[in-house]
Amino acid sequence: MVEPAVDLTHGHAHDDHADHGPQGWLKYLWSTDHKVIAMQYMFTGMFMALIGGFMAYVFRMQLAFPGMPVPGFGIVSPGEYNALVTNHGTIMIFWVAMPVLLAAFGNFLIPLMIGADDMVFPKINRLSFQVFFVSTIVILASLVVEGGGFAGAWTAYPPLSADSTYNLTPLGSTLWVIGVGLEFVAFLLGGINFITTLMNSRAPGMRAFDIPIVVWMIVVASILFMMSVGPLLAGAIMLIFDQTIGTGFYNPATGGDPILWQHLFWFFGHPEVYVVLLPAMGVVIEIITTFARKKLFAYRTVIFTIVATGVLSFFVWAHHQFIAGIDPRMANIFTITTLLISVPIAELCFIYIATLYGGSITLSTPMLWGLAFVAEFLIGGVTGIFLGAAGADIYFHDTYFVLAHFHYTFFPIAIIGTFAAFTYWFPKMFGKMMDERLGKWHFWLTIIPFNMIFIPLFVLGMGGQHRRIYNYTHFPELAIDIFQDMRIVATVSLLIMLAAQFIFFYNCWKSWRSKEKAPRNPWKANSLEWTTESPPPHGNWHPDRMPVVYRGPYEYNVPGREDDYWPQNEPK
Amino acid sequence: MRPIATTRAATGTATGKLAVWWVLASEVVIFGGLLASYVMFRLGHPEWADAAAVTNTWIGAFNTWVLLTSSLTAVLAHQAAERGDGKQAAKYLYCTIFGALVFLGVKTYEWWYEISHGYTITSNGFWAFYYTAAGLHAFHVIAGAVIMAFVARDAAKGRELHRVELIGIYWHFVDIVWIFLFPLLYIAK
Repeated sequence: MVEPAVDLTHGHAHDDHADHGPQGWLKYLWSTDHKVIAMQYMFTGMFMALIGGFMAYVFRMQLAFPGMPVPGFGIVSPGEYNALVTNHGTIMIFWVAMPVLLAAFGNFLIPLMIGADDMVFPKINRLSFQVFFVSTIVILASLVVEGGGFAGAWTAYPPLSADSTYNLTPLGSTLWVIGVGLEFVAFLLGGINFITTLMNSRAPGMRAFDIPIVVWMIVVASILFMMSVGPLLAGAIMLIFDQTIGTGFYNPATGGDPILWQHLFWFFGHPEVYVVLLPAMGVVIEIITTFARKKLFAYRTVIFTIVATGVLSFFVWAHHQFIAGIDPRMANIFTITTLLISVPIAELCFIYIATLYGGSITLSTPMLWGLAFVAEFLIGGVTGIFLGAAGADIYFHDTYFVLAHFHYTFFPIAIIGTFAAFTYWFPKMFGKMMDERLGKWHFWLTIIPFNMIFIPLFVLGMGGQHRRIYNYTHFPELAIDIFQDMRIVATVSLLIMLAAQFIFFYNCWKSWRSKEKAPRNPWKANSLEWTTESPPPHGNWHPDRMPVVYRGPYEYNVPGREDDYWPQNEPK
Repeated sequence: MRPIATTRAATGTATGKLAVWWVLASEVVIFGGLLASYVMFRLGHPEWADAAAVTNTWIGAFNTWVLLTSSLTAVLAHQAAERGDGKQAAKYLYCTIFGALVFLGVKTYEWWYEISHGYTITSNGFWAFYYTAAGLHAFHVIAGAVIMAFVARDAAKGRELHRVELIGIYWHFVDIVWIFLFPLLYIAK
């Protein structure tokens, strides 16, 4: 390699290595290019986020102004309310957080960051999206079939989910299970691709500890997903049989046990938290090192920490079941493992702070999102300590305290982490720079209302407000004015936050239309994706000039160098 | 055209083989979850032994033998493919597919016999697990046999010979799942 790094691709690389698939608009529907598939996942996920957000709007309006018609929806019936909260949870986790953070950014970043031209199995990658797309149609169809959408909460505990004489949604609940099951199959196909690609297709010279952390995180997340989802897939088959042909896996009358589902669900459900958390944490590491111009503190410790987190995450699931009648001795064990898992996560937070310490920090939009992630997730993590301890959890279980805690973990992951990644890689994905001023407006108008929504809900939860209640005015001790005022504050904040998202869409549209092209490496970052054009051509680099790696991705401000960054592919 | 990524092998193991092992890893936990649930329930329900007594251990043993033999021919196919003898590999693969068909035929007879005697999937917990676990396994046998037919067709023309080994690995997995199912569903009375 004698050429300088910036010459790895050249203007007409696209023509030399044309897409051999179908042409025209079909190219985007039937493409095997990892970048196109990433965009398919991204836009499907964003579309579903709008639906999930609309659901939140409807049920929050019902809670703040019970019984009043909701603009754009009408009067909310109790059944509809339950279907809305159920599908809000299902969609936001399985059709927003997973496809965007794991599938979209995994697909986009893995080949680009390890210096490969595509995934190792492009056709399986395409199949993965197609199965996901079918699952999207199934879950949307489940909302409009006769009887309405499934309304038994996103955790789908039997017997409510298993018996249509209880849930009254014979079609909706079965379609819900089928949709979720198909979605799992899609991510298994994608995950096998991610893992194999990282293991085998790294650029020459890229050793295990030269891989950017976000790629490590996405692949470890894929392994966690693969190892945890199997039992739930088996459980889903049993649930479908219980629903449709009348077996009794979850029915004590025929020798079954409803608690079995809770075990299978949470054996998956808790690692699932880390499946989406790890990619977001990886994204933030990339952003923090770039905008602090500083080497990542303790690269190897991060790797060992996430492996420890991954292993521990398989031994905490029963903390969701402290009041499900499990043996108190078992509850003790799960309390200990749950409190233990906060150690590696706290360690990661300290690594962020140590990386920022003494750096020359630029507060760009992606950096603001990245820092907000650390701050907000910390609140989610600390409130989790209360819920992990069986004694406190028995009081807090199924209150709004749990709900607020959960949103303080998942909102930073799925929304803040996604916006951080999206604004950071937007120049690479679309070849244009985003407007910083609009980006900062969008940031503050999302972050402040977010806290205004969920801080009151913590207080309500400590005051004993139970979840899954359609109308609190039916409960005298919960219908007091101060509580109702807090519900209204939360709802109004939600309206502001939802309205602020139009700034984001306007910013995307405006930036996409702007004539000014983004440079290859607008942030002066080290990893390989910044060495190719923005957006990268099919094949990412010219086939004869694939990058070669000489060092790790976080060599910022190396003493004795003129530039404050040192691209991974630049020879010594 | 294959991407450059597919041709790389940083681990030293071919990409296809690596992927098959990860597929199997994801399958192990699916069957693992199902069988662990079954074992936990079985320990709590000694009366399920009465239902298990209905299953025919000798037919199950015969099917175990059929499946093990089909794995042997899959290994012989791999050996032939290593020599570059695609035609012989295809012949052995067809033997394996024949084994799969015999297995499924015997299974059909068993299920017909049991259902016609009133032991259906809704009878009780044991039968629910019996039909679900064996059904999921049979689904894997069918899928494996179909894929194997495609691999054999290509191998006969001398193409994609490395796939003979990959489908063989998968077939051994299907075999091993049955090695767990047979004692759990037939022998443990």
